[in-house]
Amino acid sequence: MPTETPIDYRAHARGLLRDTPGVRDAVTRATSHLDGNRELAYAEIDERALRDWAAGLRRHALANLDRYLLQAEERLTANGVEVHWADDASEALAVLATLVQRYAVRRVVKGKSMLTEEIGANAALEGMGVEVFETDLGEYIIQLAHEHPSHIIAPAIHRSVEDIAAQFESQLGTPSDADPEALAAAARARLREAFLSAEMGITGANFVAADSGTVALVENEGNIRLSTSAPRVHVAFVGIEKVVPRLADLGGLLPLISRAATGQRLGNYVSLISGPRRADEADGPEAVHVVFVDNGRSALLGDPEQGEALACIRCGACLNTCPVFRQTGGHPYQWAYSGPIGAVLAPALLGLERAWMLPQASTLCGACEDVCPVRIPLPRMLVTWRQRAAAAGLGFAGEALAVKSWRWVASHPGLFHRSVRAMSGPLGHAFGGVPVLREWTRFRVLPQADDAGEDTP
Amino acid sequence: MRVALFPSCLAEGFYPRAVEDAHWLLVAAGAEVTVPEGATCCGQPAYSTGHHADARAMLERTLDALVGADYVVLPSGSCAAMLRCFAPALAADTAVAVAAQMVGERSYELAQFLDEIAGWRPAAHGLAGRLIAVHHGCHALRELHAAESAERLLRAAGAELLPWIAQRECCGFGGAFAVKLPEVSAAMADRKLDTLPEAEWLVSADPGCLMQLSGRAGARGIDLPVRHLAGVLREAARAD
Repeated sequence: MPTETPIDYRAHARGLLRDTPGVRDAVTRATSHLDGNRELAYAEIDERALRDWAAGLRRHALANLDRYLLQAEERLTANGVEVHWADDASEALAVLATLVQRYAVRRVVKGKSMLTEEIGANAALEGMGVEVFETDLGEYIIQLAHEHPSHIIAPAIHRSVEDIAAQFESQLGTPSDADPEALAAAARARLREAFLSAEMGITGANFVAADSGTVALVENEGNIRLSTSAPRVHVAFVGIEKVVPRLADLGGLLPLISRAATGQRLGNYVSLISGPRRADEADGPEAVHVVFVDNGRSALLGDPEQGEALACIRCGACLNTCPVFRQTGGHPYQWAYSGPIGAVLAPALLGLERAWMLPQASTLCGACEDVCPVRIPLPRMLVTWRQRAAAAGLGFAGEALAVKSWRWVASHPGLFHRSVRAMSGPLGHAFGGVPVLREWTRFRVLPQADDAGEDTP
Repeated sequence: MRVALFPSCLAEGFYPRAVEDAHWLLVAAGAEVTVPEGATCCGQPAYSTGHHADARAMLERTLDALVGADYVVLPSGSCAAMLRCFAPALAADTAVAVAAQMVGERSYELAQFLDEIAGWRPAAHGLAGRLIAVHHGCHALRELHAAESAERLLRAAGAELLPWIAQRECCGFGGAFAVKLPEVSAAMADRKLDTLPEAEWLVSADPGCLMQLSGRAGARGIDLPVRHLAGVLREAARAD
């Protein structure tokens, strides 16, 4: 593995807040809306029972992953699906290259898939001379803008309608004041031709049911349905953790994902794909391929403190509720998966050395754990990553020393109490320029002792 | 009822009057109050930054000072959550595991102790007509589930608690977070301040949150009347 530059969330967040303040407004508005929708949608059901069930089911599936993966492979194969296994991104892309060659693919339409974002499928396809069309509207917008998704389920969440209208005016020739419907119509007109001419459709998978060998996908726009049925070949890239025991489990999981993600009772379209077109069927692809991708997941599965991060069903609820994510959106995380779950997955899948800063990008407020439909204890896992980072000597400069000094002062009670009482006095204010406090006072005023407290009797 | 009042460093440093108010309230609620000198740091800064050996060492000294009390009460939801929710796991498999468990079970944020354990009530009109915005520290809200106690006591005194769209959002303090990611932290405080309703006082049971919000307001030139919950409750005890 080549050494990659560590992800500097702090620098990217600082730059974003300074240079594009509109992102903060757009993300806060959209995530607050989605978060509110989730609350309303949870309120309609026996939320606790459904979440407990889903949490238990996901952990059962992870605990028996090898068994369910083999069963899924067997059933998928029996259904006429060709199954491939990829240990890492380069193996997954090698499978893709073989399929592109086998089917003489010149053009690909894609449904939204974070796994293909994770492995860099678009760049690889373009390198093979294949034209790629993202067909989810948000994903199409950012593809045209040469950006990456800013959110697991809402890739263009950082963009305002005005932004997008300006972009489409220059790229698609829409009027400068086009409304969202007109913008969607312009994208639809462009994509229609791609759907009809592409040789291959690529998607991810929300789940794969082991007992029936079924790939399940939920969406709102219908583009996944088209991507999986119009082209001659459908390829689904599936993280190995996405397998669930039974087709019947989807009856609970798919509505839960929709409620948690967008507050819908169920997404507009659910596609259950069990194989290619049969001899007596008029529509559907001639060939279906499922590529199971590991890319660090089996190692994470064996991690007793972090493995249950793989229970994640990619609803994005933790992003929507996270007050840190709301200020910056997903781009400063510099990776496919952002927000609290991204910060927990990144050190496992990218390495702690590269991703140590992401678990620091949290106040541990706990809102993410509160909303997680499968009850992943995200704050505890963030602390565990911080602990491992500190043990490995990774972290912000001066932190370890500051903790040691504090510990020393705390071991001398007399000195400790005198020191903390002095913090708010003139001496403390004089020390406002020392490194730790300087970061505080750059953005805030240090209070005097009880300076705002009104008199009590 | 012997209560150890554990001030927490930020209250002791920046809101000493809140510590006095907490003391007064506990006595008023019928407690015999001590402030153990040996209780210095609950270990939270070291714990949340991942320096767990340092956190254990600090916790150990503090537990020693607190273990004899019937209850430990803190004018800080965050430190109370450290003792109640995080310390037992942090100290598991150490010599102070039992002490951590005992102290954890007996540790309370001030309002929750007054409301749930002591059964204390303010004077019915102690805060009549006061317009208050309450910010619950995240640990008080989600770890201790203490938010209702604070609101119940304020309402019992006749205060009007104003609706606030961002009430349950983090203010961006997060201990070392405020120093390590200052721009994001300030943006989070701004979100709270920008949505704050017109209130006489912004009240919180967490000194860290108060510092964050008043500090950011000060930097932006906003005159924000913040008060620690302890002072407000002491005022609420006044019969009219």
